[in-house]
Amino acid sequence: MNLLNIDNLHASIGDEKILNGFSLKINSGETHAIMGPNGSGKSTLSYVLSGKDDYNVTQGNILLKNENIIELSADERSKLGLFLAFQYPIELPGVTGMTFLRTIINSSRVAKGLPELEGIELVKIIREKATELNISQDMLKRFVNVGFSGGEKKRFEILQMSLLDPSIAVLDETDSGLDVDALRTVGSGVTNLKNKDKGMLVITHYQRLLDHIVPDFVHIMVKGKILESGGPDLAKIVEKEGYKRFIDAN
Amino acid sequence: MPIQEETIEKVKLATSKYKYGFSTNLDVDKAPKGLNEDIIKLISSKKDEPQWMLEWRLKAFEIWKKMEEPDWAKVNYPKIDYQDIYYYSAPKNTEKLKSLDEVDPQLLETYEKLGIPLKEQKVLAGVAVDAVFDSVSVVTTFREQLAEKGVIFCPISEAIKNYPDLIKKYIGSVIPRHDNYFSALNSAVFTDGSFVFIPKGVRCPMELSTYFRINEKNTGQFERTLIVADDDSYVSYLEGCTAPQRDENQLHAAVVELVAHKNAEIKYSTVQNWYPGDENGKGGIFNFVTKRGSCLGDDSKISWTQVETGSAVTWKYPSCILHGKNSVGEFYSVAITNNYQQADTGTKMIHLGENSKSTIISKGISAGKSQNTYRGKVLMQPGAKNARNYTQCDSLLIGDQCGAHTVPYITSKNPTSNIEHEATTSKISEDQLFYCLSRGLSEEEAVSLIVNGFCKEVMKELPMEFSVEAQKLIGISLEGSVG
Repeated sequence: MNLLNIDNLHASIGDEKILNGFSLKINSGETHAIMGPNGSGKSTLSYVLSGKDDYNVTQGNILLKNENIIELSADERSKLGLFLAFQYPIELPGVTGMTFLRTIINSSRVAKGLPELEGIELVKIIREKATELNISQDMLKRFVNVGFSGGEKKRFEILQMSLLDPSIAVLDETDSGLDVDALRTVGSGVTNLKNKDKGMLVITHYQRLLDHIVPDFVHIMVKGKILESGGPDLAKIVEKEGYKRFIDAN
Repeated sequence: MPIQEETIEKVKLATSKYKYGFSTNLDVDKAPKGLNEDIIKLISSKKDEPQWMLEWRLKAFEIWKKMEEPDWAKVNYPKIDYQDIYYYSAPKNTEKLKSLDEVDPQLLETYEKLGIPLKEQKVLAGVAVDAVFDSVSVVTTFREQLAEKGVIFCPISEAIKNYPDLIKKYIGSVIPRHDNYFSALNSAVFTDGSFVFIPKGVRCPMELSTYFRINEKNTGQFERTLIVADDDSYVSYLEGCTAPQRDENQLHAAVVELVAHKNAEIKYSTVQNWYPGDENGKGGIFNFVTKRGSCLGDDSKISWTQVETGSAVTWKYPSCILHGKNSVGEFYSVAITNNYQQADTGTKMIHLGENSKSTIISKGISAGKSQNTYRGKVLMQPGAKNARNYTQCDSLLIGDQCGAHTVPYITSKNPTSNIEHEATTSKISEDQLFYCLSRGLSEEEAVSLIVNGFCKEVMKELPMEFSVEAQKLIGISLEGSVG
């Protein structure tokens, strides 16, 4: 089943055009990786997909489970099953991790037509998933992302992802700021969430993340569109030769 | 249900912006508009007051006539015509009620709409309620259970008749008639309110609560509350307020006096939700209130907690006079303004006693085109050796058309006292909103979550059952503040 169909997407911020005819299809069960040099528009792609206001989509469509989401707000897209793991997660002083998770879980349950869960049930579910990601009870008592290390921030993103159980997960540079051990935890956390119903879009600079989250397809993005697509081997070529050869070839 | 989710549900439910905007059709007994000696005599005779009380009122009126309305607060409002207000309005048939069964069913229905646990079966909730409707205290629940402990909890109009010595001793003892323009006005025309007396060594067995409601059009509400805690006693008192939605402004000028004797503790909590006016600034309550507590005895403690979400204009500074050695004053405040609301609120901590200690935590949230001012005074008198104060004032801005202001006045007249003041101003950022939205929360849910987080230090001071209501209110009062 086709989960995400990005068709000839053009987007700009202010006068600057960043996406220039980006197209990509993701079916259920597939993991796609997007690699590209700095400034190729990778992060913009993740923001435009999730509905950030600052960007102006000038052309093209985004179909999520065959529904055009271009006009939808970020929360509506989330409720349809889209998730973005942020490259730089945002601090919410005063809001504890536990409160935040409880709120988003029940909000998403209501959107799915499920009954809200009571406190104790919720806490149990959250603790279970947190343990899998090496997230301590103590960390959930702290304010969301405030004073978190790079690894803690990314694990907290993946925890949210596992609790919201999205159809399509977009992971924006999830490897940035991670040491080797943290990379392994996060990588296996994400891999455990893969299944035949889900699609994933992994955005990264480096091949090393793809050792942990093995993609089915790799796409090279330069100047706001995909220049070349292939299998996992393509990432290895990038690792060895850099992006220059793709840029030169176009 | 977790509190946060409840907040959200409440926001969704609140299709009308101000949930308490209904008015009740009751037969009312109203005095003519305007203020003069005759009106005061009428109020006094309606209340069947003794002569000394009438004289006390008339003296207050003399004082008031010579005073000027204060203009130093950072609020703007049209000039109030004090002759265009009704000073007495009472639902008919409310006099001499023996039990709830005799209360006008329509009135009970109103209270039910307000969610007030008026019925006796709510004993489980452990709240004793005195409900003040316009000018008259309608019913006081649980009075018998309280009487067993020697606790007096009754309308102040009754206390004047039944406990004249206590009233004579304490009324105006913390806030004299001449204290300010509105306290003088209130002293002349106050119509009802609550009186609480906790005898020596008694820990009041339940939370005491008063609900105030202004129902009649063009009516001023001037309630007066007096709470006295004798040596080694404890009481927690809750106050809630609502008013119907009306286009014209209504005046609320209350006076609340607290007296804590040796080693006594009074905890006073307010959730103020008077009608704030509509989104264009039309209508709403002028809330000009004088609240002050006196920590008279050594080791006494007074704690004010307020959640202020309503009123068009707020002018209110719940304060503590710390006479006793080791006495403690606390002020925890959340003040939210949206649309065209204006709030100038804060506290005064006057340290007189040795080792007296005060804490001020103020959280101001401004949205829309509102103005929100913290104004606070900390004064260390020469005798307040080793006294300490800690003040924290945080302001949160939502949008770019509102204002937050912090005006601390700090004076120390002795070298051993210690004063700390911290202040921050922050804004809910677009990034924070987007982060929450990307997790499926609506803008209003996101704002409510962030604001409740911002206020947490104050909210945890509220009695449990008020805390839930207050969190809901925060969500509702910030509706439409983003997007």
